[in-house]
Amino acid sequence: MSGRPGHSCSGVFVAGVPLVWLLLFVLLPLLIVFAISLAETRTGSPPYTPLFTWEAGFLPRIHVQARNYALLLSDRLYIDAFLSSLRIAATSSFIALLIAYPMAYAIARARESVRTPLLMLVILPFWTSFLIRVYAWTGILNSNGFINNVLLDFGLIKAPLPLLHTEFAVHLGIVYSYLPFMVLPIFAVLEKLDWTYLEAAADLGARPLKAFLRVTLPLSLPGIFAGVLLVFIPALGEFIVPELLGGPDTLMVGRVLWTEFFSNRDWPLASALAIGLLVLVLVPAIVFFRLMRKEEAA
Amino acid sequence: MDTHQDGPVRRPLQPAAANPIPLLRIEKASKRFGLVTAVDAVSLDIHRGEFFCLLGGSGSGKTTLLRMIAGLELPDEGRIAIEGEDVTGAPAYARPVNMMFQSYALFPHLSVEKNVAFGLQEEGRPKAEIAKRVREALEMLDMGAFSARKPHQLSGGQRQRVAFARALVKHPKILLLDEPLAALDKKLRERAQFELVRLRERVGITFVMVTHDQEEAMGMASRIALMQDGKIVQAGSPRELYDAPVSRYVADFFGTSNLFEGNIKECARGEAAVESAEAGTVLRGQYGERLAAQTSVAVMVRPEQVHLSREAPQAENVLRGKIASAAFLGNCHACQVTLDSGKTVLARLSPAEFGKAGSPAAGETVHLFWPSAAARVLKQ
Repeated sequence: MSGRPGHSCSGVFVAGVPLVWLLLFVLLPLLIVFAISLAETRTGSPPYTPLFTWEAGFLPRIHVQARNYALLLSDRLYIDAFLSSLRIAATSSFIALLIAYPMAYAIARARESVRTPLLMLVILPFWTSFLIRVYAWTGILNSNGFINNVLLDFGLIKAPLPLLHTEFAVHLGIVYSYLPFMVLPIFAVLEKLDWTYLEAAADLGARPLKAFLRVTLPLSLPGIFAGVLLVFIPALGEFIVPELLGGPDTLMVGRVLWTEFFSNRDWPLASALAIGLLVLVLVPAIVFFRLMRKEEAA
Repeated sequence: MDTHQDGPVRRPLQPAAANPIPLLRIEKASKRFGLVTAVDAVSLDIHRGEFFCLLGGSGSGKTTLLRMIAGLELPDEGRIAIEGEDVTGAPAYARPVNMMFQSYALFPHLSVEKNVAFGLQEEGRPKAEIAKRVREALEMLDMGAFSARKPHQLSGGQRQRVAFARALVKHPKILLLDEPLAALDKKLRERAQFELVRLRERVGITFVMVTHDQEEAMGMASRIALMQDGKIVQAGSPRELYDAPVSRYVADFFGTSNLFEGNIKECARGEAAVESAEAGTVLRGQYGERLAAQTSVAVMVRPEQVHLSREAPQAENVLRGKIASAAFLGNCHACQVTLDSGKTVLARLSPAEFGKAGSPAAGETVHLFWPSAAARVLKQ
């Protein structure tokens, strides 16, 4: 590299810009959050004790305590919030996968002229605010909302079904909101898939379902992994959907965090929750990249 | 198409050996894609043990015909039967044939071993038998050491062998090969060509190969069907197609030829006399079907059948011309001779023959001649 100074200069620049960006806007805020999580609450502004104090002499005194983390691991409320978040994120990722795979498959196998319009339809909801789209579901799921009214009008039910403010509604909201994130990576993989493999499978005696299970599905695993990750991670920390569509008993980390931060003004505990969530997200992400690397190495 | 599918499978009775059922019978099979007729009412019989080659340019319908045999395309019209059993509507997975794809289509997520085992697993064979047959197939192709590799870790030639093993391990009644050598570089191709013929003799399976390369077809096939615009123009042994082409197209496809335009003067006893202005004389040649007088035809002579001499010989089909160029090509001398009519005739002579003719140089006047048995009268 040293032999080509111009090259290495531009190389440093190209690699440097994202690096500086990541340092400034990802690592630094993260460190601040981590620092706050080690502080104690107090009334005042900011509502937490400073990390360092200069009392006498040159050496600062460090005030650090891990009580918030101990609380996260001992208090049932927080443990339950994490567990229920994991459960809801997992089930809704799975449901999204079941819906998105056939969609992606159909788009990938569609004629080229309709493929782009179909993809546009998948992406189209992004053109409206996320908040508004989730809010719109309250109108549909309400006890005097669209679904209940139609069912009542046809005499299929006698009393409105409790749809809104249930865990069902939370699943529905998450699946609906994050479906494109599942469709797109799976589509990207399926579109590149050489359909001759399926002909070869048929030629070797595999019926269509067997050919799908033995060839198409394993070859689309990278897309499935990516899609599940893209849905699972935001779903885990989701706040808007459980807040608007969930019931008072729908426990999710995002919601608990919000309450600690805004209602209880317990910034350190909220920060600890955020760090806990991050760790929780990192685990599946690391597993995913390990799997991908193994796939490539094999 | 039998409505009574249950009960024991009715095996067709084998008739006397004089009229055996062909291994593969295609009857007036057609396939259209939109407005394009890819295969147009093709009928063809292929017998056990043949190395059959479907030859043609791109768009001739050869690949579509192969895919119809495989069951990857279903014919719009016509019938396909294997060993007398109708498979016209049968899907690919239910046919006793296997295909080697042009791209090889090796499953990228499976090892060489698992690729080869795929078809046997689908048959539900016991594990021990699968392992044994896979090992044997790979060893036969000298790929035993690569069984754990993934396809992307193999060279083109190795991939070709694995694709071959994968199709062969199922012991198909017919092995279909779609341009099996096209993805190899030239050097490898010649070796693979030889190997493929040798392997076919060893396993005794009937091969049907698609290719656009006439040299490949001539060198490997026991019988060739030349296709054009979805139809079979001519089918026969390489020798037949070369020596007795039915049309100018066939003559042109297989090597170079001299063609003299003319009109039939008379047809008798297998020999036709053709009045040709281009040749400036009456030419005699073999014909396939009796043609009426005045039919416009062409007389074809292969360059290596043309003889040369300084003095006018006592023979049929003698033409006079001036040597335009004489090139030594190592194994032969290629002479271009311009006739009085302006027509250029190509003659290819062995060095010995060229010497006997007095090694004529460019500009010299020479006589060209050939036996009538070496000339062929073509209608179209």
